[in-house]
Amino acid sequence: MRDRILEFWVGLFMLMGIIALFILSLKVSGLSSFSSTGYTVTAAFDNIAGLKIRSPVTLAGVKIGQVSGIKLDTTQFKAIVTMRIDADQRKLPSDTSASILTQGLLGANYVSLKPGFDQVFLKDGSTIQDTQPALILEDLIGQIIFSLKSSGRK
Amino acid sequence: MLWIADQLVLLGQAVLNLVTNLGRSAIFLWNILYRKPHLKKGFPLLVEQIYFIGVLSLLIIMLSGLFMGLVVGLQGYSILDKFGASQQLGQLVALSVIRELGPVVTALLFAGRAGSALTAEIGLMKSTEQLASMEMMGVDPLQHVISPRFWAGCIAMPLLGTIFSTIAIFGGYLVGVVWLGLDSGAFLSVMQASVSFSSDILNGIIKNIVFGIVATWIAVFQGYDTVPTAQGVGRATTRTVVYSSLAILGLDFVLTAVMMRSW
Repeated sequence: MRDRILEFWVGLFMLMGIIALFILSLKVSGLSSFSSTGYTVTAAFDNIAGLKIRSPVTLAGVKIGQVSGIKLDTTQFKAIVTMRIDADQRKLPSDTSASILTQGLLGANYVSLKPGFDQVFLKDGSTIQDTQPALILEDLIGQIIFSLKSSGRK
Repeated sequence: MLWIADQLVLLGQAVLNLVTNLGRSAIFLWNILYRKPHLKKGFPLLVEQIYFIGVLSLLIIMLSGLFMGLVVGLQGYSILDKFGASQQLGQLVALSVIRELGPVVTALLFAGRAGSALTAEIGLMKSTEQLASMEMMGVDPLQHVISPRFWAGCIAMPLLGTIFSTIAIFGGYLVGVVWLGLDSGAFLSVMQASVSFSSDILNGIIKNIVFGIVATWIAVFQGYDTVPTAQGVGRATTRTVVYSSLAILGLDFVLTAVMMRSW
């Protein structure tokens, strides 16, 4: 009898450890969205700033996928961003535009899609043509200072 | 001149002692690993030891995990709030717990709770000559006493560490979302966007496994190597806790330095 109680507790302990591992991998690291079926589209950006792999891809503020790869195109010198879009978002018009925005002033970068009006939809492996690069705060400040200076001279 | 020679002799003795002990503990580990446990007879022994080492440590591990998560959540919030970045609390709690605090604190608690008990138990067996009488009866003490305890420690430690991390993150969630009123969706999505399974969670588990092996090895060796007196058992127990803690903290630095490349 005592052996059975002992084995019961050890079994429970093992089960708890495995459940904890499942929670860690599914809930904390979001592994489930990694293996989900979907399709990938690519887009070339002039500048991606702090965009990283696994950054969210949103449409109208709702997350519909994530960045799955970033590489540099050495002939055009643009960043090629590969995005995995969830399978239930099949009907994105092919003239959809992509821009890189920032969550709040200091937040992380994400890709925002803006749907177009085309009747043809994006497929697996297709490319988004219309892209807007990330807003670099330093460039903006430089432009403001430049315009202030030139308006002061008049 | 003579004084310097004496000091040199002392230094030499200390180094030779250290090397001998290291060598003996390595041979000891080899002997444990080489004797692969007898499946049918060894399994009940292993289950019993997992119960004593793992299940009985569960409560202290879970409680410390909860409080660790609560404290990291509070501290992290108070600092992140100064930069207006309190939404990033999930990332801070999850990464610090999974990468560092989970494995290290679990291993330190494990060394204090289970390691010292292992040393004392085996040390007392040796000083009351139970180990010697086992050998007389033709029963191998390494196989029947040491090996199940060693394997039980190696199995229990990663499980305890995983449970600790999970509960600590839950503690951080409690402080951030339930108490301080952060958005629950933001907490989870920031956390999921920053924690990666292959480079964070797996590395944490690797740390757990390494710490488990080292802490149990030290505990079992110190017990087996005890001077068979009451004082000897006491000293061996102290040494177990001190050596395991130092080894865990030192190894943690080395492992982190190796793993840092993937972050």
